[in-house]
Amino acid sequence: MSQPVELPRWMDIILLPLVNLGMALAVSAVVVWAIGLNPADVLLLLVKGAFGSQSGIGYTLYYATTFVFTGLAVAVAFHGGLFNIGGEGQAMMGGLGCGLVALAAPAWMPAALLLPLMVLAAMGFGAAWAAVPGALQAWRGSHVVITTIMFNFIASALLAYLLVGVLKAPGSMSVETAPFPEAAHLPGVHQLLGALGIAWPRTPLNLSVLLAVAAAIGVYLLLWRSRAGYELRAVGFSPDAAHYGGVRPRGQIMLAMVISGALAGLVGINELAGVQHRLLLDFVVGSGFTGIAVSLIGRNHPLGIVLAALLFGALFQGGAELSFEIPGFSRDMVTTLQGLIVLFSGAMAQVAAPALAKVHGWLQPAPPAGAAHG
Amino acid sequence: MDDALIGGLLASTLRVSTPLILCALAAVLSERSGVIDLGLEGKMLLAAFAAGATGAATGSLPLALLAALAVGVALSMVHGYACVSHTGDQVVLGMALSMIAAGLSIVLGIAWFKQGGQTPALPDAVRLTPWFSGIAAQLQGVPVLGGIVGGGLLGHNALVYLALALVPGVWWGLYRTRIGLRLRATGENPAMVDAAGLSVKGLRYGALAANGLLCGLAGSYLVLAQNANFVPHMTAGRGYMALAAMIFGKWHPVGALWACLLFGFLDAVAIRLQGVALPAVLGGGDVPVQAIQALPYVMTVVLLAGFIGKSRAPAALGTPYLKTR
Repeated sequence: MSQPVELPRWMDIILLPLVNLGMALAVSAVVVWAIGLNPADVLLLLVKGAFGSQSGIGYTLYYATTFVFTGLAVAVAFHGGLFNIGGEGQAMMGGLGCGLVALAAPAWMPAALLLPLMVLAAMGFGAAWAAVPGALQAWRGSHVVITTIMFNFIASALLAYLLVGVLKAPGSMSVETAPFPEAAHLPGVHQLLGALGIAWPRTPLNLSVLLAVAAAIGVYLLLWRSRAGYELRAVGFSPDAAHYGGVRPRGQIMLAMVISGALAGLVGINELAGVQHRLLLDFVVGSGFTGIAVSLIGRNHPLGIVLAALLFGALFQGGAELSFEIPGFSRDMVTTLQGLIVLFSGAMAQVAAPALAKVHGWLQPAPPAGAAHG
Repeated sequence: MDDALIGGLLASTLRVSTPLILCALAAVLSERSGVIDLGLEGKMLLAAFAAGATGAATGSLPLALLAALAVGVALSMVHGYACVSHTGDQVVLGMALSMIAAGLSIVLGIAWFKQGGQTPALPDAVRLTPWFSGIAAQLQGVPVLGGIVGGGLLGHNALVYLALALVPGVWWGLYRTRIGLRLRATGENPAMVDAAGLSVKGLRYGALAANGLLCGLAGSYLVLAQNANFVPHMTAGRGYMALAAMIFGKWHPVGALWACLLFGFLDAVAIRLQGVALPAVLGGGDVPVQAIQALPYVMTVVLLAGFIGKSRAPAALGTPYLKTR
């Protein structure tokens, strides 16, 4: 049953991912049931926690913002035929870039100038951190999967070194920098809506959410509406054919990795400029890996990624609420579900396809006898 | 340097290296058969949890070990089902296993033991006891032998010696037996193995089963020897470091052993140098411990880039084999 199966387009794009998602949810339900809880109650509380209040929605959107960035990062690399597992490290470096600019900025600098500079720095640092594995893949043939994993660990060691030794606020006990100046704070959505006279509870949701929407649209335009994106996808689809067609694979590998790293670097803006207002150690907390799940569920398309990021944002927010509501329930259930989703939608994506094809075959009217010889 | 210091460094190097060696051997076996294993971290973590949970629940060392081995093999079979039977993406599967293990171990740990994800501390009866400590005690006071051999090489638990013994074992199996030849051929040219009338799937499943056993041993080492209980995320990237060591050792069991010992040594040195001042020649200040900790990864990248020797992966690594007519 391991031969690839042809499915009708709507089944391939909509039904198969939903079936895979359903299997991941079903296994999660079994786990929830096995620890003595009612899966239906848990699901209800989760949805309520994620969407039941303005504050819940704010948190959901805030988590989703980060996941849009990391999900898009995985997707762009994937379209270039590369698996970038280094979102985690690239996001850390993005945060470093954003933090360095914020801390080095002179006091007179207005927010209108400082914030764009921080965004550029976050993208630049993330891009640079992805460019090295990209270049090693393009010119030295070192497998990008392995090198990006290694670069995650190197990034985390580098950040720890800088925060413990060089950047730590003098006299502070915790491993973090001095607070960013006021001008480096990205306004929260509650502040903006408050200025417009709309009451909105204080949540970590900040202007980065618009940046995430812009990034999704930008990635769509790049990949499907530009020559560069066409060439990128051509290399991802068939490097040899693209090369024969006049596309330089090396340049495309670099382009894919640099854009991917820049997108991952934007996590730093949402988490540091938007919420923490200082540089600290563990602000990425696995969102680089969540990006893999988001990209897989979203079928590597910006629209799908935005929807999948919302799903994961809701899961993380709902999961956090759940661990308050139900003692003995860990929000790590969401990590488990995330892993199961990667398993069923990624590694075992085609396992359900033969069964679906069979069902589809039953539903189709049988072709008239002899037509096959036509 | 005195003997005791060398002995101490040697001992901590061996202690840190053991799970790396076991995992790196696991990776050698699966990758030589053509299956990428990025799931080492997850297999080791969930096996460690199984050992901790079973040990705490039953108070039996054999049962704890058995549970760890069973979980390791079970995850490897999922690996095989997705990647060997159903040609799934091997990299994606490895990520999935690691995420599932990280989440599931905490969810079950909190639900069962209510200690924030940890398992209760295991009684001494469930822990691995040091071997040869009697000889080590007798050697105490003897110059050289007492410090280096007694303090460094003797007095470890059975898994340390088993890991070291498994290195020549795996080497012999891979390079001196018929099945080892077939396994290596599966990783280089599965079509040829198929044409010779052998089962590519069977060989890969076999390699993965052995891989699961080794990861199970590595996980149980963490709980039954190094720590006294399971702690969330206790593998702390060791699976990836073992993968790096395997690549650094050029997909060869003996090479992997040296790489694991080197990485383990760096770790032992880094822990010792915490807070130690650099000599004035190098500018003073604290030794950048993080730099030493990052060194294994940097070295692996440099090696992969082909700047120090060449590390070549098996030719068919990562490509699922489709039997076509």
